[in-house]
Amino acid sequence: MSELDAATGDALGELLLAMADDEFVLGFWDSEWTGIAPILEEDVAMSSVSQDEIGHAKALYELLADLTGQDSDSIAFGRSPDGYRHAALMNHPRTDWAFTIARRFLYETADAVRLESLAGSSYEPLANLARKMRREETYHLLHFDLWLRRLIEGGPDSRNRLIAALQRLWADAQGVFAPLAGEAQLLAARILPESIEALRQRWLARITPRFVELGLPAMPAPPLPAPDARTLHGADFGWLHSEFTMVAASEAGATW
Amino acid sequence: MVATRHPRETSVWRALAEVTDPEIPTIGLVDLGVIGEIAFELRPGGGERLTVDLLPTFVGCPAIEVMRQRIGERLIELGVADEVVVNVSFAVPWTSERITPAGREALRRSGFAPPPEARTFAGDELLAVLPAATCPYCGSRRTTLENPFGPTLCRAIYHCADCRQPFEQFKSV
Repeated sequence: MSELDAATGDALGELLLAMADDEFVLGFWDSEWTGIAPILEEDVAMSSVSQDEIGHAKALYELLADLTGQDSDSIAFGRSPDGYRHAALMNHPRTDWAFTIARRFLYETADAVRLESLAGSSYEPLANLARKMRREETYHLLHFDLWLRRLIEGGPDSRNRLIAALQRLWADAQGVFAPLAGEAQLLAARILPESIEALRQRWLARITPRFVELGLPAMPAPPLPAPDARTLHGADFGWLHSEFTMVAASEAGATW
Repeated sequence: MVATRHPRETSVWRALAEVTDPEIPTIGLVDLGVIGEIAFELRPGGGERLTVDLLPTFVGCPAIEVMRQRIGERLIELGVADEVVVNVSFAVPWTSERITPAGREALRRSGFAPPPEARTFAGDELLAVLPAATCPYCGSRRTTLENPFGPTLCRAIYHCADCRQPFEQFKSV
């Protein structure tokens, strides 16, 4: 692909940052389950899934670093909380297991739609990475679809907790598909093969029948993604940020 | 590929074959399929640069840095170029089919089930990624998946009903 003009480069940077921050922040929240998940197998699985997500974030930060000339560690750890661009879905703490599974299901299904589309991106480094990530995310999709079913069939307590969590996260999940400021440039350059709203519609068309199939009550009509879905992060994320930047902040530029 | 190789490239491939996986030292990186293209080029300021593409098994594999370092050290020691660059690449995705027959045998000898041979990954066919495994200890097919997420990103945990051993299988990706 030919050289990007400044506006398209900025827009691409915005897209990469949004995706990387989604994976990074969710990876940190769910890594908290290591050692305290409901069963031992799940300690291992959640650690592995979280490591995948943080690895994906690192690869995306590196694509951004190639674009801007920064280094990926300083992008990952060098920003203040309001500089992060993850969706509001990732602002919540891990809460209970049903909440974690509800969020993972909503995120994994949304991420799958996003990656499928970006596998056809005109920006080759991103298309290559999206194709590779899809192969790994398939395992996540399978795993969390299974857990969704387990919680639904596990009795009234797990079922009710799951439904409550899905309803609580429903509006924030739409924000994974919040439009980006530079979207028009990305579409013109075919870096985004389709509009983000088209992706959201595809995601809804895929998960709505799944909810019906599983006997879940219908979700409320999905609201449009909030304009501040990727910029407003709240106190829980502030706490997580202080945790994951603690080592990097304690000795600037340290390596190990 | 081998027949048309320049002798210098052959020596690079031979040296790369000696670099082993940091976690499973019985398998070399070439047999593991994580080495992509190699290329020599003249540097603008003089001298030659050797570039090696390294294809991670999983994007977040924490062994990548160690592999990169070992490859660099081995090739500098070989003395065929003034500079060695190891480039992590996703242009050609690593898939489980890249493991060579010798690599599959090396895994089996170390107690790891190699990934299933016929892989039918199609993205949306979720079940295709988790086929049955053959026990690396007794060869039984009476095995069950215990956890698709094992101790490393690239391995799943199975249990063999015949020899009653848990074992790990390289995932199909």
